[in-house]
Amino acid sequence: MSLLDVKDLSIRYAGSAKPVVNDLSFSIEAGQSLGIVGESGAGKTQTAMAVMGLLPANAVTGGSIRFDGQEFLSAAPDILNRYRARRIAMVFQDPMTALNPYVMIGDQLRRILLEHKICKSAEARERTLAMLQRVGLPDAERQYGVFPHQLSGGMRQRVMIGAALLGEPDLLVADEPTTALDVTVQAQILGLLRELRSQSNTALLLISHDLGVVAGNCEHMLMMDNGRMLEEGPTQEIFAAPSNERTARLIAAAPRIDVPTKTTPLPAGVAPIIEVDKVSVSFREGRASGKRQLDAVRSLSFTVAPGETIAIVGESGSGKTSLARAIVGLIPMRSGAVSYAGKKLPGLVQSRPNAIRRQLQMVFQDPVTSLNPAMRVAEIVAEPISIHEPKKKKAEQEQDVNQMLRHVGLGIELRERYPHELSGGQAQRVAIARALVVRPKVLICDEAVAALDGTIQSEILHLLQAEQADTGLALIFITHDLSVVRQISHRVLVMYMGRVCEVATNERMFKRPQHPYTKAMISSVPVPDPGAKPAEVPLAGEVSSILNPPAGCPFHPRCQHAVARCSEQVPELESTASGSVACFRANELDLGY
Amino acid sequence: MLRYALLRIIGAIPTLLLVIALAFLMVHAAPGGPFDAERVLPPEIEENIARAYNLDESLPQQFLRYLGGLVRGDLGPSYRYRDYTVAELIGNALPLSMQLGVLAMLLAIVAGIAAGLTAALSKNSFVDRLVTGIAMTGISVPVFVVAPVMVLVFAVYLHWLPASWTGGTDISRLVLPVVALALPQIAYIARLTRASMIGVLSSDYVRTARAQGLKTSSIIRYHALKPAMLPLLSYMGPALAGILTGSVVVEQIFGIPGLGQFFIRGALNRDYTLILGIVIVYATLVISLNLVVDLLYGILDPRIRRQ
Amino acid sequence: MSYGAAIRQILRKSGDNKTIVVCSSILLLIAAIALLGPLLSPHHFASTDFENRFMLPSAGDWHLFGTDDLGRDLFVRTLLGVKVTLFVAIVASCVSLGIGVAYGAIAGYVGGKVDAIMMRAVDALYALPFIFFVILLMVVFERNFLLIFVAIGAINWLDMARIVRGQTLSLKQREFVDAARLIGVSTPGIILRHITPNLFGVVVVYMTLTIPQAILVESFLSFLGLGVQEPQTSLGALVNSGVSTMERAPWLLLIPALILAVILLCFNFLGDGLRDVADPKEKTL
Repeated sequence: MSLLDVKDLSIRYAGSAKPVVNDLSFSIEAGQSLGIVGESGAGKTQTAMAVMGLLPANAVTGGSIRFDGQEFLSAAPDILNRYRARRIAMVFQDPMTALNPYVMIGDQLRRILLEHKICKSAEARERTLAMLQRVGLPDAERQYGVFPHQLSGGMRQRVMIGAALLGEPDLLVADEPTTALDVTVQAQILGLLRELRSQSNTALLLISHDLGVVAGNCEHMLMMDNGRMLEEGPTQEIFAAPSNERTARLIAAAPRIDVPTKTTPLPAGVAPIIEVDKVSVSFREGRASGKRQLDAVRSLSFTVAPGETIAIVGESGSGKTSLARAIVGLIPMRSGAVSYAGKKLPGLVQSRPNAIRRQLQMVFQDPVTSLNPAMRVAEIVAEPISIHEPKKKKAEQEQDVNQMLRHVGLGIELRERYPHELSGGQAQRVAIARALVVRPKVLICDEAVAALDGTIQSEILHLLQAEQADTGLALIFITHDLSVVRQISHRVLVMYMGRVCEVATNERMFKRPQHPYTKAMISSVPVPDPGAKPAEVPLAGEVSSILNPPAGCPFHPRCQHAVARCSEQVPELESTASGSVACFRANELDLGY
Repeated sequence: MLRYALLRIIGAIPTLLLVIALAFLMVHAAPGGPFDAERVLPPEIEENIARAYNLDESLPQQFLRYLGGLVRGDLGPSYRYRDYTVAELIGNALPLSMQLGVLAMLLAIVAGIAAGLTAALSKNSFVDRLVTGIAMTGISVPVFVVAPVMVLVFAVYLHWLPASWTGGTDISRLVLPVVALALPQIAYIARLTRASMIGVLSSDYVRTARAQGLKTSSIIRYHALKPAMLPLLSYMGPALAGILTGSVVVEQIFGIPGLGQFFIRGALNRDYTLILGIVIVYATLVISLNLVVDLLYGILDPRIRRQ
Repeated sequence: MSYGAAIRQILRKSGDNKTIVVCSSILLLIAAIALLGPLLSPHHFASTDFENRFMLPSAGDWHLFGTDDLGRDLFVRTLLGVKVTLFVAIVASCVSLGIGVAYGAIAGYVGGKVDAIMMRAVDALYALPFIFFVILLMVVFERNFLLIFVAIGAINWLDMARIVRGQTLSLKQREFVDAARLIGVSTPGIILRHITPNLFGVVVVYMTLTIPQAILVESFLSFLGLGVQEPQTSLGALVNSGVSTMERAPWLLLIPALILAVILLCFNFLGDGLRDVADPKEKTL
């Protein structure tokens, strides 16, 4: 008998005829790992919730979910509670909201032990401390009394995993456990999960939208689309020979960093269209404990040529978004200057003349909130025209709008819609239309595809690349996603805690990174290929607090190649044969693949 | 945390001063003087009276004199009740009003929380709808409607309780006024508690607790109760303000010689010092309570306590 | 531009919500009766009739609600009371709407120190039993009808200011405001075209909650004898006089009290229902 046996599962919500999960069947044996993959809306989380018995009251279910013989779907809560924590446990996606902000993390764990009478009160504290240590929280005694908001994202997720494994369950359900984390931290957490599982032979049901994560962590795989199962079987087999056409397409569309880029190199010697010269951005953080200065960006310089795509990569705390907003003039710079076509620009966007303002446009991360909910699509795209070309007649404006909508791949029947009536992909196209309608020379994309699913993401990226080929548009692409970088950039700039680590061409960066951080980041990205070499030892630790940056090179506390000098001096960005890098040991280290 | 506390305490003082200044200004800006209602007096006697009461000084001077008196606990003489100082009048009336107010607050808190929690835990059931409906009525029907109706029903028709302050025993004559005063607050608190608890019960961290196999009573006790009660703490300031306002009506209807009654009489008699004194007492009470609430919040909410 | 769309959308969604439909119908019905009723009844609200004091409600002779201590017809007086109460409440609410929205939008949009100071002021004022200041004002400046509006508006704008400021703040942080700045929209343009249309929903909801508050304040003042003057009357004043003759003629208290309660209940339920329909936290509008 399987550990978990799901047969013909269907889930529907009262008031809606369309099921969110339909006819789903799969099973998990003891000690096995199954990854459920699919895009958003596929029904993966619903399935996980059903398995745990956590569906809301208005959910109507059909079929059967059997755990070790016990039927879960119709079971009473007190029966389910006997299984929870001790036989089956769950790790949720967002550890910030999944942990109780009002209770100490130690107490939250201890409560599980006491509730299930796993041990007596005195022993419970000991066990909790032991688990905190096991999941990698340094100084467990002190961490016991800490509250969730005092921990970083990675640490919180470790606490969640610790809580889940406290009862020594046979099956661990993990719903997008690393999606909210930086890629280097993701590697740590996935490594932790692998290690803990191997120690206790716990089965794993892993939900993810990321084929790479599933490829590297699950022996079996189930692909879902629109509530239905597309394909199921051993991971290696599915990747090697998907039997379903849609599966094949999804696998092919999955962004990867190990394929060569398709961007063509640019002609040399062209004057840059944007010059960023020693720009620093700081914030005053005011709290009850007094104001402090946060240096988000520190003396950063780079250039962009017309028609070029430069990707600015970094994880949380890198300062990339602050940099983007400073370049475009939404926030003030503390020092330094930004030039457009050789002319220095005033710091704030309000002070820039209209003729210049229209040349630098931006597309934001969340497509729906970047559009005014009170305005229709046609009005949104028409507004820039009415400001920059006020003389244009209404009819001409309309034509421009329609043309632009078609240009970005939207039918003009969407003209009268409001933003909340659009899908994520459609909304982002409207945002792009709005940005491009005044024909800017530079477009900054701040995580513009991060909120979109794989296939839509691809389409948007292609749209941008096509635009670039047509009009010579320069793209500054801010992202944390290395596979996106691989796909579209000519050059890459890596940021860490407000400074540049490395600048290089796309090809060179991924083949022969020069900075240890770059290397660590690239190694951490899970590749959607089960046969790929397993990840090396992931980068340890997390980004230091921006309020208290380390002396010397900001990366040195986590760097395995650090020497004494690294903690004393800040390395400057220096040109080498293949780009620039800010590391004292760049010449000695060979970090290539 | 200490800084937070100090800032709050220091911040309360200007507020109090502002209130005193505003009230002072308004009272003195009124056309006519405190003695206008009486017989018209010959000018020399008017001057004498003015000097005796320091009304001939400039406004800022009078204000400073008043503040000085405040610090010493002297709220000035009553313009109406010549034999008494304002402090004495307030001293007599305050304990009664406090008794009413405190009992009403306690009743409101206990009944409100009980009702709110019951409704939240049996969401959308008949009990829940009943409680919600009654609460809605409670906040919609004003005190000056409820109180007389209660008197009509319980005193006049049923003869269970006395209709006014002068009849009946100590306990029995407290019942109607306290209940009438507490009713709107019970309703607000019940609604607030219900909404807050429902919000907490549908939060992600409660979902985690369920996933961890905790039974409902454990979830409430160890995970939900504290976060659900915090918004209630913030409401205590407005609750007190509401009770003070309501007490004016209740004292009027039941004929209770409390601060509310004196305020109305003072207002109608243009007894400026009395009005001023009562306003200051009320404001001090409310501001102090808000301060205590703020400090408690700082202690109880870990996100503020540990930066 | 999109105000029309906003209204239409709210109306459409409201039509589906039972509570909203029922409550608005009741209110409209009461308002209609208040306007038309006096045309049908032969009595005038001020005409006293000492022969027929304290009459019980009866259909004959159009004394549907009976007469009061001065022989005046209660039905007509109640309708007058409804008119006055609603009128005062709506006007006063508009006053507090104007002050509150302006204050809140400025505080929210300008932000920084200005916002901090403005909101501290609101916090301070919020804590006080404002009603006392109002009573002070009323007594001190005599019973000026206009002043009633000002006084009521002065109490109620605080809530509106807070809500509008909160909404403006959250709107300001939304990226579409940034996008507008990048496109080149001027600051007034942003406030007018981008922020204000999105305040609409929130404002409508809170208006329906401000109105009952205003009614309560006005009734309170009338109850204390500080509101509208005889022979004009409001529901609060009617309740006040009803209290004094409570034992002899309970209907003089109960009927106006009941109508007042119904009006307040309807507005409160309406406000709650509207808040569900145009949830300001999710999609603004």
